Amino acid sequence: MKQLLTVLVATAGIVSGVGPLLAHHGAATFDTGKEVVLEGTVAEWVWSNPHCFLKFEVKEKDGRVRTWVTETSNPPDMVNRGWSRRSFKAGDTVKATVEPVKSGNPVGRLLEVTFADGRVLSTRGGPAPTAAP
Amino acid sequence: MSHRGALVGFTAVAIVALFAVGFAQQVRVPGAQYDSDFPNEKPGPAPSRDIAGIWEPARGPSDAIQATGARNVPDTGRPEHQLPFTPEGLKANLVNKPAWGPRMVPSAQSNDPQPRCEPQGWPRVILHNYRTAQIVQTPKQVLVLYQFNRKWRNIWMDGRANPKVDDFLEPRWWGYSAGRWVDDYTFVAETVGMDERTWLDNVGRPHSWEARVEERYHRRDAVHLDVTVTINDPVYYSKPWVALDRLPLRLQPDTLDIREMECSPSEFERYNREFAEPAAGVQGIAR
Repeated sequence: MKQLLTVLVATAGIVSGVGPLLAHHGAATFDTGKEVVLEGTVAEWVWSNPHCFLKFEVKEKDGRVRTWVTETSNPPDMVNRGWSRRSFKAGDTVKATVEPVKSGNPVGRLLEVTFADGRVLSTRGGPAPTAAP
Repeated sequence: MSHRGALVGFTAVAIVALFAVGFAQQVRVPGAQYDSDFPNEKPGPAPSRDIAGIWEPARGPSDAIQATGARNVPDTGRPEHQLPFTPEGLKANLVNKPAWGPRMVPSAQSNDPQPRCEPQGWPRVILHNYRTAQIVQTPKQVLVLYQFNRKWRNIWMDGRANPKVDDFLEPRWWGYSAGRWVDDYTFVAETVGMDERTWLDNVGRPHSWEARVEERYHRRDAVHLDVTVTINDPVYYSKPWVALDRLPLRLQPDTLDIREMECSPSEFERYNREFAEPAAGVQGIAR
């Protein structure tokens, strides 16, 4: 079983990498394939074109607070994945999986978010669509 | 690898593949219909001389989002995707600095006009982001309304010819378009006079003032429309090339609401300042 889990996790990483986020404003800056998991507090969820982005504060080991800025895709694409303008509110506690940039700045692509109540939002897929507006 | 190891690996791949397929099927425009929703469908016959309706990529909303270049010839660096550039075309191609493909630069350093809300023009609107679109037919025009950046085009079909492309013609971001029915199920339009500042696709393929773009709509059956786009630009390319080959669109319920997708300069400014520039480790570029 341990062997199965190992292969499963590895394969999941490969498959998840095949389906890129719908971002269309450049891939050159990202450390492609690298993922970091960050726990923090939502500062702002910016619902806008060309891409929505989530700003959240992460407490570092030395006690300093660093604000991360992580992009998703544009509003229509995020709606297709079950996200909305009200997906986050300031103060929400989140665990975010991020593909960071190469520059070392606290910036990256948001791949997945887990809320304190266990709900998950992903840019790799999404829950079933709601009824048409 | 042992038989047991192979079995474990195969099982894992199968599970994850099913998981991934499940996710892929869930990503959809709310209210839209896709071919995967009708596994045993036998569509009725195509109506005659009718391409009107709301259309969505038949295989899913991401099927024709072409970040790495025109769908049939993405900029992969592979020989089969090399375009037949003339020396002049190759030179023009190097001027463009895309944010995707083998020549990509950080988006904050790209000179791509589109993300800054400059008009992406024709045919980039569908060679980059072919999303939901509505086609309206009137006696003298075919109108195409695009979700992406909320743009529209008119294709004249009143018998007029396209204007002569010379130094006196006013350039247009969207060019001049005229179309005709070549048979009862195929509508073909040609567009000329496109502003040379526009890119053909998301990886900066250029076009000259002499470029002509043919779009061909084939009504395959009651619910499908196949779209083909061919670039004919003898100044920049030594021969015509097919950028989009029979992309299948699916007819949607006429009640489907096309959601707004607009390029806002102030939103882009903020995105660039708070995300793109820190991402690239630069400040104040590409404003």
